[in-house]
Amino acid sequence: MEILFPVIVIGGMGLIFGALLAVAAKIFAVEKDERIPRITEVLPGANCGGCGYAGCSAYAEAVCKGEAAANCCPVGGSDAAVKIAEIMGIEAGTVEKRTAFVMCTGNSAVAPNRYINNEDIDCYTAHRLGGGMKGCQYGCLGLGSCVEKCVFGAISIVDGVAVIDRDKCTHCGTCIAECPRGLIKSLPYDAKVVTACNSKAHGKETRAVCGVGCIGCGLCAKVCETGAITVENNLALVDTERCIGCGKCIEKCPRNALVALVPMLEPAEN
Amino acid sequence: MLKDLLIISIGAIFIQNFVLVQFLGICPFLGVSKKVETALGMGFAVVFVMACASAITWAVQKLLVLFGIEYLQTIAFILVIAVLVQFVEMFLQKSVPSLYSSLGIYLPLITTNCAVLGVAIVNITKFGAVDFSFIKSVVYGATAGIGFTFAIVLFAGVRERLESSDIPEFLKGMPITLITASLLSIAFMGFSGLSF
Repeated sequence: MEILFPVIVIGGMGLIFGALLAVAAKIFAVEKDERIPRITEVLPGANCGGCGYAGCSAYAEAVCKGEAAANCCPVGGSDAAVKIAEIMGIEAGTVEKRTAFVMCTGNSAVAPNRYINNEDIDCYTAHRLGGGMKGCQYGCLGLGSCVEKCVFGAISIVDGVAVIDRDKCTHCGTCIAECPRGLIKSLPYDAKVVTACNSKAHGKETRAVCGVGCIGCGLCAKVCETGAITVENNLALVDTERCIGCGKCIEKCPRNALVALVPMLEPAEN
Repeated sequence: MLKDLLIISIGAIFIQNFVLVQFLGICPFLGVSKKVETALGMGFAVVFVMACASAITWAVQKLLVLFGIEYLQTIAFILVIAVLVQFVEMFLQKSVPSLYSSLGIYLPLITTNCAVLGVAIVNITKFGAVDFSFIKSVVYGATAGIGFTFAIVLFAGVRERLESSDIPEFLKGMPITLITASLLSIAFMGFSGLSF
């Protein structure tokens, strides 16, 4: 008997509460859009956040609500967009293919270090240790914080500078957010010329620490026929929309800071 | 009677504030206090759960005493609180989806919010089974919830301003949050002079 009362009382309470909750669940049932799981299924499922939502299912929900277009997933690209559009019964639109790019080519041969770093540390720690071991305060530290974060294996360190494989890059944006120097930028996949430098220091200072850094001399801006190049904060910026990829700026650059992103794509124009 | 209730209310809101004086329910206090709006929503959810929990646990306690199984108090109370929280969650998901999504994980966490279990148990030890203990319990539960709301909204207001302040690097994030919480707690210690 001693054990019976507790069992009956607590068990009975559980039963009553359970029944009440079951009734409440019916009353307060939320109709979930049945398209959400279907859209989530066609998405890559990397939950990278490249679309600007918290994850694949959050994006699927936004699409169903009509808040997001079908073509926002940079990883799934056009394939995913078409499938989502099929489910939603709307126009797919095209996905502008973009890629991440490391705005630094100052490898260990041209940009020397200020101190020797023997520690196994990440870019953040190095960046805080007096601005990093690299002479240039803006350049790539090459310790691979972005490499670790990239789930697609698109980044590698070559001669102390991170290099992104554009064919593997899905433009999820993880590395862009990761880099403590803010070196990684988002570019259109078909961008033709880009300043592979991030140094906002004066020309003299940049010259002292790096062999290929942009000194903001403005020669490229002068030679550019379409006016695609402007110099801001001692750094040349290429407007990828206006750039036609003639390559004159690359020839003219005394520092080799400008690099062709799509090398030899249209050699006839050079 | 009314005087008693007033004393209970002021005591629960200021003097024995659940968060800042008794240090119960710290988890949502730190977790959901980034924006005043969500803090207010969380506060109201807690007020509701605490008031209902006080009423139901009062009845449950009677039942337990009747059968002489008071030692099951904790389990029975947790059961009641879990059901209530589940109910609030369903209700919010249906009626106020924006609040539901901004509360996130902290809503189901009210289940294990020690402030709610605390209020149920304090009710029993404080008011026992004497006259009007039911009304006193419910008032104490509701006002303890209001005290929680008061504290979390104040704190959220401070944290919103902290967002735009120039905080030394090593204090950014949780350290400055905890320092702020401790300063608020010190401020509330001032109310202890009011105690009757």
